[in-house]
Amino acid sequence: MTEIRFGQAVNRALADAMAQDAAVVLLGEDVAAAGGPFGVTRGLLDRFGPERVRDTPISEAAIVGTAVGAAMSGLRPVVEIMFMDFVTLAMDALVNQAAKARFMFGGQVSVPIVVRMPHGGGINAGPQHSQCLEAWLAHVPGLKVVCPSNVADAYALLRAAIDDDDPVIVIENKALYASKGDLPEPKPSASIGHARIARPGQDVTIVTYGAMVTVALAAAAALEQEGINAEVIDLRSLQPWDEIAVMESLSRTHRMVVCHEAVEAFGAGAEIVARLADIGFDELDGPLVRVGAPFMPPPFAKTLEDWFRPNSARVIAAVKRAIG
Amino acid sequence: MTRPETTLSASELLQLYAGMLLIREAEKRLSGLFTDGEIPGFIHLSIGQEAVPIGIAAALQPGDTLASNHRGHGHAIAKGLDLSRFFLEILGRREGYCGGRGGSMHVADMSVGMLGANGIVGAGVPIAVGSALAHKLRKNGNIATVFFGDGALAEGVLHESFNLAALWRLPVLFICENNGWSEFSPASRQIAAEVSGLAGAFGIGMETVDGNDVVAVRAAALAAVGRIRDGNGPFLIECKTTRIRGHFEGDPQKYRDATDLEAAGRKDPIKRVEAKLREMGVSEPDIIAAADTAARRVDEAIAIGRAGTSPIPSETLADVYSKVAEARP
Repeated sequence: MTEIRFGQAVNRALADAMAQDAAVVLLGEDVAAAGGPFGVTRGLLDRFGPERVRDTPISEAAIVGTAVGAAMSGLRPVVEIMFMDFVTLAMDALVNQAAKARFMFGGQVSVPIVVRMPHGGGINAGPQHSQCLEAWLAHVPGLKVVCPSNVADAYALLRAAIDDDDPVIVIENKALYASKGDLPEPKPSASIGHARIARPGQDVTIVTYGAMVTVALAAAAALEQEGINAEVIDLRSLQPWDEIAVMESLSRTHRMVVCHEAVEAFGAGAEIVARLADIGFDELDGPLVRVGAPFMPPPFAKTLEDWFRPNSARVIAAVKRAIG
Repeated sequence: MTRPETTLSASELLQLYAGMLLIREAEKRLSGLFTDGEIPGFIHLSIGQEAVPIGIAAALQPGDTLASNHRGHGHAIAKGLDLSRFFLEILGRREGYCGGRGGSMHVADMSVGMLGANGIVGAGVPIAVGSALAHKLRKNGNIATVFFGDGALAEGVLHESFNLAALWRLPVLFICENNGWSEFSPASRQIAAEVSGLAGAFGIGMETVDGNDVVAVRAAALAAVGRIRDGNGPFLIECKTTRIRGHFEGDPQKYRDATDLEAAGRKDPIKRVEAKLREMGVSEPDIIAAADTAARRVDEAIAIGRAGTSPIPSETLADVYSKVAEARP
């Protein structure tokens, strides 16, 4: 076991994938010479050279469009979008091209691209550098969407994404980059679409992903002091999401809260709650409660951003509503 | 300037003529099938533009890739797609190229490097640039090509893609099929720049040719493709051509005046090749035989297309992803 930072785990996953498969190339703004805006791709240019680690112009539409064409012609590009907010500029390439090519061309071709993008607040980056837009992407048939919560998964899910023949969006919460954790040896693997139980419990299920897993675990620890034993499910993957794991947990606890940093309305939680309200109806002993950011753009000022981002106090309040 | 490529034998020209006739015949029949209600949705015909794909394809190798657009039937046929599977697709059959999921705007055949028609204006441009990046890194000696209309010149991603291709000196041939119409609007109301100015801004070499002259298009393509294969980076050919039909079938073209439409008809690239063939001494029966062959091939393909079966929804649903989530451990 070695303790490393989340960003270093991403770096190791990229390096190991590139060492294993010459078709893996990196594209993005400042990913090569500068080592990435968050330092995640540091050292990869020196190790793999400028043909495979490529600084691109500030052209998100062309970067992702180029990755799609390269993938259709035999490469396995890994693209970095500097902030998830900038994915708006690449939506045609993702939604109309990458997501649909396999289906639309009758299964003739796959588009094995990975698009990494950091989401989330906590660094006072303001309305255009802090959003959590994952629900948009999870809504598009043909895309897969994963969101690791810890060091081991940052490595394992990225390796799984690069190995996957379909386009996979890897969302990294920028507040997690500096967090530390163990990267086991042999290196961990993951299967896209499988959740994990981050904390077992019997009284209520808290379903979450990404940086909110830490928040939910803090809430669960506080609730334990009050005699409430919460189970925390780390989804790890939003598209596909592990409906079976969530349903199994609900069948034990009969109460559920879903939380994410994204705004609550029309978020990933809406889909999970709607689905469980259907297939889990007979198991429910309380309301299905969501925790998300208020319906507004992420604000800049520290006091405003702190207020905007869901925290453990809000999770605790939601659990108490679910328990009734 | 006369280049060696501009001289070609009567039999070579007859071959180009046959290719153009095949596209024309296929599209005339598509128009009829659409009018008769056998083809639903939208189809966009390239009647009047056939010299462009045929002239360009004459310079390509099998491993070269091609990204197309919504007006892409000619590109597909020129790249050597199977005509039966082409009609099967556009008729919405399970045995079509895309299993009936794509239709006219998404015909593709990866086995011949045809990376797909595309319903989004300009979207094929970065796809071709990416394909060129793959060719370059895999050192396979192939090039990528992309056909786009003058309407795509106003799309931002085209500008980004020109920049990227030039910066990275990628082996890509940009082909602008300039027919002067962006859907229902004339170029004068769509784009302030000239194609040459756009290419020049990024240091991309370019040539403008009469896109209704298949010999000129072929000559420009041979020169450009040779230059690109030699590692000189991207090149652009602007083919000035003529859209005879509407933006899509069923478009009454009320925005075009009668003289414009009449002029468009007079520029028919197929009639020009016919005149040239006669000049070169090709016999009337040989010219007629080429037309008959095209008609027969299209007839056969349509018969096969009509005999195709309906797509199966469950099969379609299963093809959204390459691999669904594995069973839980």
